[in-house]
Amino acid sequence: MIYLDNSATTKVFPEALESFTAVATNYFGNPSSLHELGMQAERLLIQAREQIARLLHVKATEIIFTSGGTESNNMAIKGIAWQHRHRGRHIITTSIEHPSVAEACKQLEQLGFEVTYLPVDERGIVSVEDVEKAIREDTILVSIMHVNNEIGSIQPIEQIGATLKKYPKIFFHVDHVQGVTKVPLDFKKANIDLCTMSAHKFHGLKGAGILYVREGVKLSPLLAGGAQEMQLRSGTENVAGIVAMAKALRLAFEKYEKARQELNEMKRLLIAELSKIEGIQVNTPVDHSAPHIVNFSINGLKSEVFVHELEKQQIYVSTTSACSSRKKAPSKTLLAMGADQKRAESSIRISLSYENHRGQLSLIIEAIKHALKKLQEVAREM
Amino acid sequence: MERIYLDHAATSPVHPEVVHAMIPYMTEVFGNPSSIHFFGRQSRRAVDEAREAIAKTIGAKTNEIIFTSGGTEADNLALIGVAMANRQKGRHIITTSVEHHAVLHTCHYLEKQGFEVTYLPVNEQGKISLTDLQKALRPDTILVSVMFGNNETGVLQPIEEIGMMLKEHPAYFHTDAVQAYGLIPIDVNKLHIDLLSVSAHKINGPKGVGFLYVRENVKLIPHLYGGEQERKRRAGTENVAGIIGLQKAVEIAQQTMREKVQLYRSFKERMLAIFEQEGIHYAVNGDMDDSLPHVLNVAFFGTNVEAMLVNLDLAGIAASSGSACTAGSVDPSHVLVAMFGKDSERIRSSIRFSFGLGNTAQQIEMAAYETVKIVKRLVRK
Ligand SMILES: Cc1ncc(COP(=O)(O)O)c(C=O)c1O
Ligand SMILES: Cc1ncc(COP(=O)(O)O)c(C=O)c1O
Repeated sequence: MIYLDNSATTKVFPEALESFTAVATNYFGNPSSLHELGMQAERLLIQAREQIARLLHVKATEIIFTSGGTESNNMAIKGIAWQHRHRGRHIITTSIEHPSVAEACKQLEQLGFEVTYLPVDERGIVSVEDVEKAIREDTILVSIMHVNNEIGSIQPIEQIGATLKKYPKIFFHVDHVQGVTKVPLDFKKANIDLCTMSAHKFHGLKGAGILYVREGVKLSPLLAGGAQEMQLRSGTENVAGIVAMAKALRLAFEKYEKARQELNEMKRLLIAELSKIEGIQVNTPVDHSAPHIVNFSINGLKSEVFVHELEKQQIYVSTTSACSSRKKAPSKTLLAMGADQKRAESSIRISLSYENHRGQLSLIIEAIKHALKKLQEVAREM
Repeated sequence: MERIYLDHAATSPVHPEVVHAMIPYMTEVFGNPSSIHFFGRQSRRAVDEAREAIAKTIGAKTNEIIFTSGGTEADNLALIGVAMANRQKGRHIITTSVEHHAVLHTCHYLEKQGFEVTYLPVNEQGKISLTDLQKALRPDTILVSVMFGNNETGVLQPIEEIGMMLKEHPAYFHTDAVQAYGLIPIDVNKLHIDLLSVSAHKINGPKGVGFLYVRENVKLIPHLYGGEQERKRRAGTENVAGIIGLQKAVEIAQQTMREKVQLYRSFKERMLAIFEQEGIHYAVNGDMDDSLPHVLNVAFFGTNVEAMLVNLDLAGIAASSGSACTAGSVDPSHVLVAMFGKDSERIRSSIRFSFGLGNTAQQIEMAAYETVKIVKRLVRK
């Protein structure tokens, strides 16, 4: 079995699972409770926050725990928009964001905000100049993902951040869900104000996430209630999930640091081999892309059937991004890159984890060739 | 020293079977339910089955259950979701002054958004009056949110009567059942409930998961936008293991409901009998006869909350001053203020004991005698 859908979700580290069960079983207190059990839970929460802050080179008070990437993105975008709406109602983002950014922006459009969706080039990369050109007097937020979840292209976050330094009133949010632990990003250097991460993409548990909120940045909360998380995010904290997330983040940083070279090599070889196959168009750029994502199209053939063919050979990949893979729509990212309808409708994503290695390459390529041949045969018969 | 945990209304220990049920969903069945391959389909099926099992416990349809990250999110989604989706019909909301902050603070937010909110008062028993509700109802009332059972006092609100009243009115009926679910049988059809919030960690499930029941015809906009999960009403990769944990907790709660209700009622009675017999000066806050079985809120006259809590904690007894969710502070309880006024001595001297999994009659007696000792000591000073 080779699982190649790590951008959809990852396998939990056994150590993270251990942390989860230990905390859920032995430290079940509510961190807001004043008694000993509550304080034990609070200490665990403080430790987890400090560990995560250290790993990200930020302050512990800048880490807000959420239920995942979607909530962090919604909170960052709507929280800034709502808090600063009197100063301006213009937001800049890209045309290749994850739906949790794109749809949050759409909601804001209905509420009277204006959103500029920047184009990307044929590699799936936004231009720094375009960002600057789009800035207006009433721009309050720029939200740009670090690593695209469909094709793996890396956006020039540091350069954009440097440009935005000239506009100190504009907030800069980065969706770092696919990038964290895989592609280094210096929050300070990149001048980032808000940054989204999700535990289940780095071998933590589903249902826990992070929003980095730089000290001094004001945003209105998304969830009102008990005023947990520095009054920014109400709801009893998912202590066990958060402790497991801290453990997973540390291990993921270690393991991906070690595996980066290997994954990059593997990505290059995959792209090289796939490019040789008749009927396959590679969508992921060799350079400026994350080490773990390779996206290709199968020339209008049914990508869903292709996934199932590969599955018969115990290789698990996905059509486009997991979140929209249940509807048969063309990939928005590929369309934005200038792909035609056929190409955009038939894309396949391979996403690797630290456990993958070049030794698996020939097996994967053979399986892909085999699946493709079967689909081509079926297509010819029709 | 044996530690006695009497704060189950703040959060409850995860049932060992719940953790056990979750583990396979963090190891073998780890797929993203939106993925179309085997691992995804396995996770999807697990989530669907959990949804079906949970829906049945309140007489709902499977597609009427939206999984959330907990009670707070369920309350926020219910109130903001309904208010924003129906603001063309009206901008008036009715709730009570004793709701959990997840409801109250969301109402404050909605007021800033241009909605008008009526906060119904309660009497000394902690109950709202149906006449007040009837009077507050207006043609532009779009939502009535009244909690099922109060988290601080356990007092039950007349949910069935409210449901009946609202049958004749277009306003939707939401109830925060975070404390009641699992101890009180609930049928959303019999009670005419349109939306209902539940949180797993209050019923021996994991933290970070809950659900909102939303009746099929209710117009609601999402709070979290993104992927098409939860039939486009709540985006975000599903917390599969958490949902399985919730399902298991729900199943156990349903199976053990009757015995638990009896047991917790006997705990309450035993505790009060000891207070009575030892001759301390106390009073129960709220209507004892119509309350959640697991919550007992008592004023110990002549003491103060902080000293009580510290001394109880030193004696190994975990109790609380009311809602745990005011983030570590011992602010005066808004619930007790609503019942007795802000100058009442009860505000400063009330303790909440709440019972749950693992508590024994022996523990309750020990805790009661310890409490008596502490009260006597503090009152003497
Ligand atoms: C780039 C990106 N942002 C946000 C998300 C949403 O994260 P979550 O699944 O934790 O809600 C995902 C994953 O689905 C993603 O790939
Ligand atoms: C009545 C009530 N509603 C809502 C909540 C919030 O639930 P959660 O802690 O899951 O966010 C709680 C618990 O804190 C509660 O007691």
